[in-house]
Amino acid sequence: MMTLKQSRRLQTLLLGTLAWLVALIIFFPIFWMLLTSFKTEIDAFASPPQLFFTPTLENYAEIDQRSDYFHYAWNSVVVSFGSTFLGMLLAVSAAYSMAFFETKRTKNTLLWMLSTKMLPPVGVLVPIYLLFKDFGLLDTRLGLVIIYTLINLPIMVWMMYTYFKEIPKDILEAARLDGASAAQEIYRVLLPICKGGLASTILLSLILSWNEAFWSLNLTASSAAPLTALVASYSSPEGLFWAKLSAVSTLACAPILVFGWVSQKQLVRGLSFGAVK
Amino acid sequence: MSDLTISNLKKVFEGTEVIKGIDLEIKDHEFVVFVGPSGCGKSTLLRLIAGLEEVTSGHIYLDGAEITDMAPAKRDLAMVFQTYALYPHMTVARNMSFALDIAGVDKAEVKKKVAEAAHILELEPLLERKPKALSGGQRQRVAIGRAIVREPKIFLFDEPLSNLDASLRVQMRLELARLHQELNATMIYVTHDQVEAMTLADKVVVLNGGLIEQVGSPLELYHHPVNQFVAGFIGTPKMAFLRSKVLKAGASSVEIQLEAGPSYSLELDGSSLNPGDEVTLGARPEHIQVTEADASPFQVTLEVTEHLGADTYCYVKTGTGESLTVRAAGDFIGRYGQRVGLMPELPNCYLFDAGGRAIPKPGAPTQAA
Repeated sequence: MMTLKQSRRLQTLLLGTLAWLVALIIFFPIFWMLLTSFKTEIDAFASPPQLFFTPTLENYAEIDQRSDYFHYAWNSVVVSFGSTFLGMLLAVSAAYSMAFFETKRTKNTLLWMLSTKMLPPVGVLVPIYLLFKDFGLLDTRLGLVIIYTLINLPIMVWMMYTYFKEIPKDILEAARLDGASAAQEIYRVLLPICKGGLASTILLSLILSWNEAFWSLNLTASSAAPLTALVASYSSPEGLFWAKLSAVSTLACAPILVFGWVSQKQLVRGLSFGAVK
Repeated sequence: MSDLTISNLKKVFEGTEVIKGIDLEIKDHEFVVFVGPSGCGKSTLLRLIAGLEEVTSGHIYLDGAEITDMAPAKRDLAMVFQTYALYPHMTVARNMSFALDIAGVDKAEVKKKVAEAAHILELEPLLERKPKALSGGQRQRVAIGRAIVREPKIFLFDEPLSNLDASLRVQMRLELARLHQELNATMIYVTHDQVEAMTLADKVVVLNGGLIEQVGSPLELYHHPVNQFVAGFIGTPKMAFLRSKVLKAGASSVEIQLEAGPSYSLELDGSSLNPGDEVTLGARPEHIQVTEADASPFQVTLEVTEHLGADTYCYVKTGTGESLTVRAAGDFIGRYGQRVGLMPELPNCYLFDAGGRAIPKPGAPTQAA
């Protein structure tokens, strides 16, 4: 017979192993991508796959020669930060009015906003493409900023709304009576109180914008193309070159991975904040 | 300098009228308390004055100037909330200086005013703390301090003591009374606790169902309630009410028959009453004497006695099932189910007609309800 203590220990061991397994499965593709990026094209194709090989930097060198990495990276930065800034401006205002000046329709409006995320993007590709063409937004960073703002806005509003909902209305009313304008109320009282939520919403928006591929591939060609488009450009015409594709993917992921690593504590806190009351 | 006038004020929330037409004058330096049961509209009325709710119809004037539609920020009123509503990310000092910072007051001046308010409220050692490191009573004082530094035209208090424990509440009540004397400011105070109303107010406004039942000094309300609602609401324990019928009614005396007891003759102006009318006799617990069962024609059954030391409250039931509270001497001993007699002090009793209006004393000017 196992004692209670023993069965507890076994349970912990099993759960721990399972967690490590899941983590490994999630991490493995990234690990393999990183590994492949240092292989020669021949090693990359080898079957069975090789774990040990002589690393080379030739893929990175070639990418540096063939395309201007920093041009794409800069586009990614501008578009991610631009759309996040614009999105936050709109999301904070919208969430403020929804959380503190609620009407009978607020809940439905929120749900409707979120429901737009359930629509397959390809369903609106043609109208958006035509609109972009008519407004001269194709292959412009402004165009991407606008579309990213729009696709991320529902989530940003929803998140900010959730954080704002936890702030007692009295505090804002006190500020109002203290002579604060609506803007002062938001920037000097509301946002500092939920800076955790603010940070995680910003982070999420940055990551979502950085990783977005569908719209960037369809709405940009070269001058406004972000890193996701650069990755895609290595996949098609001349067939698949696994090593180079891996190298360029690594380069595309690296900045946001580092960024995410540095800010993960904030992100996790923000995402779970409000989930448990 | 700061008179507030409210005229025919109404507020409708999603089709429900919560303030049904209120006229009120509040004079400079007055301590006015809005009191009433929950849902009577007292907090809404305060929020309308503060500008936190939109007025449906009617007008509010501050020092003769209309403020009905003015933004709360511009009204120069300060409010202390039930939840204190301190800014959690700011220190006590910053909480208090926030309004002045926003108004762009000179830094040295701000510092001086915060120091003054901190001194009055004994908050000096706490100035650099954040609200979460304060006790309930300290938070309350910070909330009051935040109002004081602004030197507003009127202080508004929305049930400021109801989140404090009983002993602290008594202490803060005294402090508020002292503060009112010291600052000599106009204060409007909302509470559901009639003891707070009685102890703090120069003028009590009794609200019920979105209307004013009576306005007057605490003792006026206590001694001359205009109707049964005010009579029942002011005073603890509650005034006893006994169903009765009019036997004879004249201009200087009314004879009534208690449903549960004998008949009494009261010196009141009964010219509005007719024999057979349903009326209610009202008597405060201290105006009913408890006697031996056979010493009075009005006999009741004792249910519970509460010994408070100086007094004993007896909860009794009449033969017709009406419950009432009477006050007996501190050494009164009674047991459950015992028969006792009651002797109401008739000159101190009230009579209310079927509509709840108080029957006036002979020769008294009729008060409008």
